[in-house]
Formats: sequence, C-alpha cells, structure tokens
Amino acid sequence: MAVTVSPERDVVATPVQRAFREALYAGAIALGLFVLFIGLKTDQNISNELILLQRWGLLAIVVIATAVGRFVYVGYAQPAMERAKAQKAAAPAAAATAPGFVRRNFNQIGVAVLLLYPVVIVLMFGFQGSLKWVDNFGIQILIYVMLAWGLNIVIGLAGLLDLGYVAFYAVGAYAYALLGTHFGLSFWILLPAAGLMAAFWGVMLGFPVLRLRGDYLAIVTLAFGEIIRLVLINWREVTNGSAGISGIPKVTFFGLMSFNVSDPNYIAKVLGIAQSGAYYKIFLYYLILGLCFLTAFVTIRLRRLPVGRAWEALREDEIACRSLGINTTTTKLTAFATGAMFGGFAGSFFAARQGFVSPESFVFLESAIILAIVVLGGMGSLGGIAVAALVMIGGTEILRELNFLKVVFGPDFTPELYRMLLFGMAMVIVMLWKPRGFVGSREPTAFLKERKAVSGSFTKEGHG
Amino acid sequence: MSASPSTNDFILQVEHLSMKFGGLIAIGDLSFQARRGEITALIGPNGAGKTTVFNCITGFYKPSEGMITLNRIDGSSYLLERLPNHEIPARAKVARTFQNIRLFSGMTLLENLLVAQHNKLMKASGYTMLGLFGFSSYRKASAESIDLAKHWLEKANLVDRADDPAGDLPYGAQRRLEIARAMCTGPELLCLDEPAAGLNPKESAALNALLMDIKNNTGTSILLIEHDMSVVMQISDHVVVLEYGRKISDGSPQSVRTDPRVIAAYLGVDDEEVETVLIEVGDEDVIEQLDTGPDAAHGPGTSSSFLAGPVTDTIGHSEGERVTVSKGASKAEQVDAKANAAPRKPAERATAKPTGSTPKPRGGRK
Repeated sequence: MAVTVSPERDVVATPVQRAFREALYAGAIALGLFVLFIGLKTDQNISNELILLQRWGLLAIVVIATAVGRFVYVGYAQPAMERAKAQKAAAPAAAATAPGFVRRNFNQIGVAVLLLYPVVIVLMFGFQGSLKWVDNFGIQILIYVMLAWGLNIVIGLAGLLDLGYVAFYAVGAYAYALLGTHFGLSFWILLPAAGLMAAFWGVMLGFPVLRLRGDYLAIVTLAFGEIIRLVLINWREVTNGSAGISGIPKVTFFGLMSFNVSDPNYIAKVLGIAQSGAYYKIFLYYLILGLCFLTAFVTIRLRRLPVGRAWEALREDEIACRSLGINTTTTKLTAFATGAMFGGFAGSFFAARQGFVSPESFVFLESAIILAIVVLGGMGSLGGIAVAALVMIGGTEILRELNFLKVVFGPDFTPELYRMLLFGMAMVIVMLWKPRGFVGSREPTAFLKERKAVSGSFTKEGHG
Repeated sequence: MSASPSTNDFILQVEHLSMKFGGLIAIGDLSFQARRGEITALIGPNGAGKTTVFNCITGFYKPSEGMITLNRIDGSSYLLERLPNHEIPARAKVARTFQNIRLFSGMTLLENLLVAQHNKLMKASGYTMLGLFGFSSYRKASAESIDLAKHWLEKANLVDRADDPAGDLPYGAQRRLEIARAMCTGPELLCLDEPAAGLNPKESAALNALLMDIKNNTGTSILLIEHDMSVVMQISDHVVVLEYGRKISDGSPQSVRTDPRVIAAYLGVDDEEVETVLIEVGDEDVIEQLDTGPDAAHGPGTSSSFLAGPVTDTIGHSEGERVTVSKGASKAEQVDAKANAAPRKPAERATAKPTGSTPKPRGGRK
C-alpha cells in the first residue's frame, strides 16, 4: 500500500491525475486477486452435481469499490492529511500542552459511565429491554476486562508470557460450581475460596516453569491450560465430563435477598416491586464491576509496592534483579499466584452468572482472546486494556446487532461468522497504527519532581 | 598467603578458587584477599577470567573448587559459594555492576534505585500485606527510600534526570547510575565490572571521583575489574593480576606496574626471545603450538568475550570436552621460564633436550 512515487513525477502529476492512475492500478490488482475468490463459486445443484456459479456483478462491485476508494484516498484524503500535519507542525506547542478534557479525565469519566450504564439502559429500554444490553454487553465485557487485568499482572508487569491463563478461569469456575452444588455454600464464601484455589494452581504451575523463559514458558503454560481442560472433560465422576455442571446456585444479595422467584425472600417480594429477571442481571453487573475495581485497585497499589516494582524489574532484566538481592523465584510465583487469583474470581463469577459450566467454555481460544486484549490495550496499562476489551468483545457482540448487513449481503448472511476475520483485521490495523497497543507508555510508580510517562520504546516485553 | 593476623582486616578472602566449564579451566587455584576500606583492582588481559571471578563471588556461578569468605563489619562471615545467588546481596551485602550495563531501561532513574532497596522495603511493607492496606509504617519507609535514592542520584550527578527512563541516558551516565543503584542496596563490598569501559576521559575522571567518594565516605570496600590503567593506577590500593585464570602478580599498583611478568602478559615478549626461551626449556611441542598461536577454537583466544557474555549462557558451554590453554600461550610463564633457564649452562641445553621433564616453574597447567 506504500505510495512510492518519485518526486519528479509528483511535480508533473496533480493529485487528481495521480489518484486516477493509482485507482486504475488498485482496480487491476483487486481484479487479479478476487477474480477466482469472488467471481467464481462452486456449488451443488439439485442433482448433487458440482457447478460453477459466476458472480461477475459482485466482482465488479468489489473492484470498483477498491478503485474508487483508492482514488478518494490518494486524491483527497492524503492531501488533506498532509495539510493537517503541516498545520500541526506549525503550532506544536499549543497541541502538546493542552490534552483534551476527555483525555485528562479519562479514568473518572470511564468510572462514571460504567456506574451509570445500567441506569441509563433501563431508562432507555425498560427492564425487559435492558436485559440484553446489561448482560451481553455490560457483564460480558467486564468479565473480559477483569480477566485481562488479571493476565496483565503476569504478562504486562512481570513479563511472563502465559498462554494458559484460561486454566485459572476454569479452576475458579469449577471450584464454585462443584462446591456450590455439592455443599450448598454461598457465593460470598466461595468467591475467595475459588480465588485461593486458582492462586494455588498458579503456584503449582509456577514451580515447574520457573526455569523456563520466552517461547518455552509460553508452550508449557499452553500445555497447562490444555491439561486442565482435558482433566475437566475426562474426570467424569467429579466434573461430569463434557456434559458440564448445571444448576449452579445463584448469587444472593449478601444473603439478605435472593434472586430466585420461588424463594420467600425474593427481591421483588421484599421490596414490593414487579417481578423481573433484570434485577439479577443488574446486580451481577454491579458485582463484576466491583470485582473489576478491586482488581484495578490491587494492581495500582501493588505497582507502588516493592513487589510490583520487582515484577516490572523482572520484566526489564532478571539478572540485574538477582544482583540486587531480589528473590526471583518468589517474585515470579507471586506474579503467577496474583494473576491466577483474579482469574479464579472471574471464573467463579462466570459460573454464578451462567448457572452452567462445561469444558467448552475454557478452550485455548479464550486464552488467546484475553492475551490479544492485553497486547492490544498496551501491556501494563489498565485503561488501555479496558478499552481493548470494549473494542474486542463489544465489537464481536455488536456484530449480532448489525441486521442491515443482511440487506446488503442477502438474508442468509450471518455477521457472527465473520467475527474472527474482523477480529484479526482489527488487530492488524491497531498493531500497524499503534504497535505498542492503545496505551504504549508506562506510568512511573514514583517520581521526584514530575510524573512523566515512560515511552514504550524503552520498556521491554520480558523474556518469561 | 592466607596468614592474616585478624580476619576482619580482610573483607573478602578468596582461597584456592577454581572454575571449570567442562574441560576449560577458566580460573585455576586462585587465592587473593581484599582489604576492608580499600579499592582492590583485578586486572588482566582479555579472557583472563576476571569476570568469571566476579560471577563466582556474586553467586552467578558456583565455583568448582575453593572457598570465598566474606567478613562483614559486624563480625559475621559468609561463605559466598554456599549462598544462593540473591542472598549474596541481601545477606552478605555484596553488590555488583555488569560489564554490559544491565539497567531497568523502561523504569525511571528513581525507580531503578527503589528496586535496589527491595528487601528493605519488602520488610517495611509487611511482605506486601501491610502496604496493600496502606499502613503508615510503609509510607515512612517509602519516603526514606526515596531520600536515599535522591542522595545517590546527587552523588552520581543525575538528580536532574531522576524522572526520565534509564534507557534514555547517555552511556557514561548509565554507568554511574548502575553504581548508584548498587550502592542503594547498602553494600559492604561493591564489585564493579569494567566501570570505565567506553567512557571519555572527562567521564572517567568523574567516575574516579565517585569511587573515591564511595571509598572515603561510606566505608564500602570496592573490588574492581578494569582495563583502563589510568583508573586502576590512580585509585586502587591493591592490584591483583590474572592471566589465563591464574594469578601472576599481586601487590601495590607500583610494584605491579614494574613486574616483568605483568608487562609480558600485557605486551607479550619478543618472538625471538620466546624461541630462545623455549629452546632453552627444550619443548619442541610448545614451539609448534606457538607457530599456530593459541588455539582459538578452544583455549581463550585474544578476545574471549564468551567468558564475559550473558552469565547464564556460559555454563554447560563445553561439556565433556577437555580444553586447555595451549602451552606457549601464557606470556608470564615464558618470562618465568626464561628466568629459570638463564642460569643453566649452554652446554647442558644440548643434552637435556629429550628428558621429557620440562621445567614448569609455575606448574599445574595440565
């Protein structure tokens, strides 16, 4: 896509002429690329024979769209961008000193939006209409925010590439599901228990992989994630295999109110309001929001404590850490355990929200998505990761809502199927535009005179 | 050499230290002492094993043989070869810097110095638990640690850049920061691996001043590897010279400077002279090897950077293969041989040739 036009040609060709020529080239390339992909399609006819469908109209649309797009980009968008850049260069001081109001108060605005989100949704759509928005968007995204913040401790701070993070999510979910269904223990007891259990497995994983670095560490953690999943599938007596565990008890409002319609202390009966499933969802929304805030609070606090600094130092240079008397073994183990603990919290919440867990929910793809969120958001940055989770999870969820696409591509078009394609495209685009994620810089944990963000070009990614 | 009236005079005693990597003997039977409150320099040509000695002292390598005793000022002593890597700075109070600077480049200067105070702060934060809930004891310790960091930043003349990332500093400043970081661990022995490498004369002078300041004002003893002789001769009180893993000289800077064995090790001896010596010694085998030069593939070549490279990579490098220094490679040994051979009669030379028992004045290299 790089524009490689020599300066001499620039002088003779006006932007429009150049744009016209490049549009022709782009159209020709698109034609060559797509003639077999789009122009022809194999299909079966009624008598089960293979036939070749010709779709020249569609091909023409794609080629023309490409050519027009290139024409507009080269002829109008590029000169406009250059003008904007020149203007910016002419007045650099003003732009640098005054970051926008939104950017300055990003965290406060984010917290306010998150707190008000269910209220606004209920006001807009009513209780019944709010279900989808609170559950599919709000809770779903926040679960991933929490998971990504947990993984951020392991990868973003300590620099240990963990590809099996979903294992701790699974441990937390099954801990709650099993203890909750068999012993009838409350969510509020099992939440810390699930966290501790996951932390314990974090340490268990940590011990054998302490000596491994980089790719080797990634592979072993990947294997660990698969081991946990396979155990869950095959240990039928306990986990009920692939069929999963259902009938997991719901969370209660700290034991005071319940969300089961049949219970005497059902929330609607206690408060004397109309029955609705939305109360539970809204309660769960605030619950996971609270857990997210807990994760963020602990992460921010830990970064300013010696252990958090040691994690970051470990990411930067492990040998230097040892020369300063830092016990790298315990430091790595605490990173694994802390990250796993938040995964366990998220897992037990997930089990409570779904009411059903099965090994299907803990496949490698989940680990990959969480990792992608961390990388996309910018390793180590909480705000960036939250935005990345919103884009990635919210983006894939919103695809279900884009019904107008059916009008364009025909009634049997299901946008969800293109989820992964768009996911990949989004990652490529973001990585080209911001190679270090949305927030590439690092906030120092202490300062003498002023807090200056450390540019991403100085920080290291860690070697495991 | 080990006779010392009071062991507390010596902060560090290295006795019969040997380090073998497979068949390669990087250090052979090395003994020396470093006095408390002095600057001891460890010098030698490239590949002499200086950094290996450092890695043994600071626990990055476990020596094959020998004993390294560190006597702290409170009278306690530690056998460094038995302590785990990270406990050497924490308990025995030995801090080190690296030949290829190892700063936390993505962290600010201040943070670098705070990481160095990890163990102290860890205790103050109640192993994270008290600090997590914001107890005041941690806040106090944290403020103190920032004061100490500021103190050392001022000493290293870096306080203006305290909030910049360490990776953004020029090379000379990075060297000073690494020393300041090591000093923030509160060491009794500071090991500096080529602190003046790559510095210009002005920076080198500033480094000398910093080291003298550390020596005079903190009571920290310094052990130093250096190639820059202006640094070594100006500031060190005691010099130990290594060549091919063996000590060839030990004493004050003046005595070392005039030692013919040291001069030979650094500058070499004339080829003619070498041949005369070797013929006198009667070792044809050696002459043959001399013609081809030191075996670059095995023995320490002219640049044995693999000894100084990333410390973790070196172990297990040459397993199961016996590697020895080629016999004629040690220049200091040639000087010895010459000195020993000179009194012998020329007539004897002709007949003594096939006896096979070549005189090995400083023996043991087998």
